[in-house]
Amino acid sequence: MSLTKKDKKVVTAFWAKIAGDADEIGSDTLSRMLTVYPQTKTYFAHWPDLSPGSAPVREHGKRVMGGVALAVANIDDIFGGLLALSERHASELRVDPANFKLLFHNFLVVLANKYPNDFTPDVHVAVDKFLAQVALALSEKYR
Amino acid sequence: MVQWTEFERNTIQDIFAKMDYEVVGPKALARCLVVYPWTQRYFAKFGNLYNAAAIMGNPLVAKHGVTVMNGLDKAVKNMDDIKGIYAELSVLHSEKLHVDPDNFRLLADCLSVVLAAQMGTAFTADVQAAFQKFLAVAVSSLCRQYH
Repeated sequence: MSLTKKDKKVVTAFWAKIAGDADEIGSDTLSRMLTVYPQTKTYFAHWPDLSPGSAPVREHGKRVMGGVALAVANIDDIFGGLLALSERHASELRVDPANFKLLFHNFLVVLANKYPNDFTPDVHVAVDKFLAQVALALSEKYR
Repeated sequence: MVQWTEFERNTIQDIFAKMDYEVVGPKALARCLVVYPWTQRYFAKFGNLYNAAAIMGNPLVAKHGVTVMNGLDKAVKNMDDIKGIYAELSVLHSEKLHVDPDNFRLLADCLSVVLAAQMGTAFTADVQAAFQKFLAVAVSSLCRQYH
């Protein structure tokens, strides 16, 4: 399910619209994931505060959105663009790839929540396909 | 048996009491058919599903969206025995409709997205968790009679 030219256009345009809110989107996405899928908290046991909107959650949400921005900027070669991040996830972070789906589901929920009129089914499918590629790129170096 | 907290019970009753099935059902099913096009395999008799606009304007899709919500309504009214209430529906989906149960999960995800769009700030993380738990129970109950 690779990205068509249209998908890339739609994703890039939508990202341009929402990029200004990236920090809040990141924080909200992560907060929801930790609440709705409590098993994901196991990766953050070293944080002093896992509650929604806490400082560590906000900071990490920012970092994750930075990764998404990087993927958008490299949308013609997501695997190449995310190579370093993939190495990091493979050797150091070792997040079970099943969790990428969980994070991205919450990202979609936040997008629908904040941009109900812009997050149409056409935008939804393009973004969902894009995120699937990001997940694949992130786990590329796992084995 | 599923354990529901008071917050979860109240949240589910509240969400569905305020929900317009005629709006949410069609939106969720249409979104599912657009975002996961392979789900269209079950709706070959629905006519024009050629693109997003066609799907979203298709009256048969809309009607079926409402049917799905009425099915969920049964679970809302019987939260302590969703498994029992859905036994017949489960057999129907397995034996007659031959629906791959993964599709229930896809539709549930679309329902969460549509509700997130509808509810705005009221769709907090805790409300989302309760809603998704309810949908997960409904989906699990629908899968129960498959063999």
